[in-house]
Amino acid sequence: MHDFTIASARAALRAKKVSAQELTEAHLDAIAALNPRLNALITVMPETARAQAAAADAALARGEAHALSGIPLAIKDLFCTGGVRTTAASRILEPFVPPYESTVTANLLRAGAVFLGKANLDEFAMGSSNMTSAFGPVTNPWTRRGDNRALVPGGSSGGSAAAVAARLALGATGTDTGGSIRQPASFCGIVGIKPTYGRCSRWGIVAFASSLDQAGPFARTVEDCAILLGAMAGHDPKDSTSADVPVPDFAAACTRGVKGLRIGVPREYRSDGMAPEIEALWQQGIAWLREQGAEIIDVSLPHTKYALATYYIVAPAEASSNLARYDGVRFGLRKDGEDLDQLYENTRAAGFGAEVRRRIMIGTYVLSAGYYDAYYLRAQKVRALILRDFTEAFRHCDALLTPTAPSAAFGQGEKMDDPVTMYLNDVFTVPANMAGIPGLSVPAGLDAQGLPLGLQVLGKPFDEETVFAVGAAIERAAAFNVLPAIRAGA
Amino acid sequence: MTYTIEGTTGAWEVVIGLEVHAQVISNAKLFSGAATAFGAPPNTQVSFVDAAFPGMLPVINRECVAQAVRTGLGLNAHINLVSRFDRKNYFYADLPAGYQISQYQHPIVGAGSIEIELADGSTKDIGVTRLHLEQDAGKSLHDQHPTKSYIDLNRAGVALMEIVSEPDLRSPEEAGAYLRKLRTIMRYLGTCDGNMEEGSMRADVNVSVRKHGEAFRTRCEVKNVNSIRFVMQAIEAEAKRQVAVWEDGGTVEQETRLYDSARGVTRSMRSKEDAHDYRYFPDPDLLPLVLDEAWVAELGRSLPELPDAKRARFMREYGLPAYDAGVLVAEQTTADFYETVAKGRDAKLAANWVIGDLFAAFNRTGRGIEDSPVSAAALGGLLDLMADGTINGRIAKDVFEAMVETGADAATIVAQRGLRQVTDTGAIDAAVAQVLAANADKLAEYKAGKEKLFGFFVGQVMKAMAGKGNPALVNEALKKQLG
Repeated sequence: MHDFTIASARAALRAKKVSAQELTEAHLDAIAALNPRLNALITVMPETARAQAAAADAALARGEAHALSGIPLAIKDLFCTGGVRTTAASRILEPFVPPYESTVTANLLRAGAVFLGKANLDEFAMGSSNMTSAFGPVTNPWTRRGDNRALVPGGSSGGSAAAVAARLALGATGTDTGGSIRQPASFCGIVGIKPTYGRCSRWGIVAFASSLDQAGPFARTVEDCAILLGAMAGHDPKDSTSADVPVPDFAAACTRGVKGLRIGVPREYRSDGMAPEIEALWQQGIAWLREQGAEIIDVSLPHTKYALATYYIVAPAEASSNLARYDGVRFGLRKDGEDLDQLYENTRAAGFGAEVRRRIMIGTYVLSAGYYDAYYLRAQKVRALILRDFTEAFRHCDALLTPTAPSAAFGQGEKMDDPVTMYLNDVFTVPANMAGIPGLSVPAGLDAQGLPLGLQVLGKPFDEETVFAVGAAIERAAAFNVLPAIRAGA
Repeated sequence: MTYTIEGTTGAWEVVIGLEVHAQVISNAKLFSGAATAFGAPPNTQVSFVDAAFPGMLPVINRECVAQAVRTGLGLNAHINLVSRFDRKNYFYADLPAGYQISQYQHPIVGAGSIEIELADGSTKDIGVTRLHLEQDAGKSLHDQHPTKSYIDLNRAGVALMEIVSEPDLRSPEEAGAYLRKLRTIMRYLGTCDGNMEEGSMRADVNVSVRKHGEAFRTRCEVKNVNSIRFVMQAIEAEAKRQVAVWEDGGTVEQETRLYDSARGVTRSMRSKEDAHDYRYFPDPDLLPLVLDEAWVAELGRSLPELPDAKRARFMREYGLPAYDAGVLVAEQTTADFYETVAKGRDAKLAANWVIGDLFAAFNRTGRGIEDSPVSAAALGGLLDLMADGTINGRIAKDVFEAMVETGADAATIVAQRGLRQVTDTGAIDAAVAQVLAANADKLAEYKAGKEKLFGFFVGQVMKAMAGKGNPALVNEALKKQLG
């Protein structure tokens, strides 16, 4: 049952070889068995899931199969789900039950999906390790060879990635502001794509940094990601930044192949400190694509080196404003005080964790009078240059290939002393958010300790099809079929 | 004559700039579909967007944009085809998102001007710096509970136009004239009802004083003044305060103040040091607001005739003096009323009746043009009875009062009360003869050369005829019999 992909489960459901209820029960059983160890889900929704599965079976019986009828998914707990608690992994939203359904999850439900539960994440999606969740860290289903110490799944969508990797769900939603889909996909040995900014509606997703946030799927194959994205995407008049462009058949693009495609390799991503294993994997990926008929081109993205620093100005600035609404007045946590200022201070001190507080302070600082020009305005100018780099590069190539992250998964508790060390995890993923372009991470191999490593494919705006085609080519060549430790013995 | 404040060191000039917050007339809020009716029960006109629930996003309401463009066009202002929304960040309990969406650097409307008319008949152009769109905040109610404040979010997210003037105003009178004119223009356009009591128009007043010929001195801002009268009082009070500070050897500090209308003074609200750092930045949830030039042109073509144009036309078409025309165009409903009365009639006479008798009736009855006790058609009917000689002007006044009292039309009242003018020369001759006979002494004086007694005789004849004599015929008959 747990060998299913979304594509194969869909075929089995339509052929009546398995029922949606059987599929859902199997996944609920897996959650019951493994979630206590992984902490991948904050909230499990067995009743909702069973009802949705029954409805899917009824629809399938009537011959009304939708794109995702009966497919059990995990939903990052940043997506508001009607009547189901939505926490953003923060104490401040611990009691919050939204009376509305986010556009992306509504799209998935309309496509027949079954929601198993709400996946853990870094608090307000701020983190690269899932260590900042108010509901405890997520444990990566993978461990180093001969070493049982718990590893992080990456972040911020670590619960989603861990759930899919551990076979607790066939797919999951994530959001990616600086790498929050791609880096955990890489750490957990699965596929994840951040589509073009504007491809998926942000309506109903708890905002972190509005100009960077973008929803996307996790799955165990490129094709599954394409199927999920097709159901999630689409123009939404309720999100002014959502793009009014047609949603193509992403799954069909997976079989296109890369013959004749020009693949750019940005020289600036080859940092001095790059781990030899990462470098080797990258070269392997280049070789795979060349073998399949792609032309490899050396390209330059000269402003890449400023991307991370710029990101850590823009994202906290927007976050400091977006999180002002958590004030204890209308919803969520409230800690009373003698006056309004005390209510704010008590509520926000009790409700926000250290990393969130840090980013609110950074963001407040860079927007302050006297600092705005030096930080925020300068960052916006650099951001425009980063976009120009990509636009220029894409005049010479169809997609770019880079590593997803500078390392494999690290241990829980590592890299916690200095926030900047943690921030460096996003060095390869952040530029795509700054430019708004699509990026996909696909597992390509294992490091010496047996941990998965991903390669990143970046594409032109609204050309996810080419990204899927390239990702699928790497997937075929890599033939990555290693199970995570938690499942290897099963 | 220039308005000045007399201090111990001589005359001080007052420099005033106004920031007017005008609530846009629209069915829905600026960025949400929630309704905007005034006076609804608390928190019944609030969407999840207005309450800033997690994941909610603003979407611009095109009608509010159109209203801002119409207002800009009405102020002869430059329309910026590309503008942008910024977030103005500050914490307050009635500001749900912790920021107000406003237009800081790139407003939808740029420079324009408003011509104001002053009591001495002169006019003055006042520069409008800009107009921008922004959200209103909710309302904090501090008097509902001994220790808690209540929040009403009905107003949160309602569209406001902030209209900023240049510091071109030099007296309370000019400030009052500016506010009245701005209100008139917006009412003509149907973009703001200008109702200051309900808070749909509020003013922040920037005041400074200086000696003649000096550069500007430090200004203070008097916040949220809610009537034109209070604006004028606040300016005078604040200007006098500043003069006293300067003349005592002190320095006026830039600060925000409030006007205490009960005591007639301004009080400090917060100093420059306590001023908020609003951390403005472009709202990443909204794209730049891009207007189609053809759409703006279409809005321009569909604007109604505005007060200045209407006043000029009234002077030209109806031969009215500037003052009368100005009074009549101050409210569009008054102007429409007047034009209905004047159409096909003596336009000057119509103006006199509207401005004189009708307005007096409003004052007496507490009613206004919208619920006028005498309709425009009825007033026109009264004028027709005068024009065709059915009644004279003297009787018309009585008929009008009866119309105000009873609501009946003029012809009915004239018929019922037998007020028809007497044009029968026999009856007039008889009345004249009777009056001359009864006043033999006056007649003798008249014949001896006291010709101004003619008016006395006219009055006596009219009295004898209960006012109904045709004045021209009475004059004629008198002249004949007096020889």
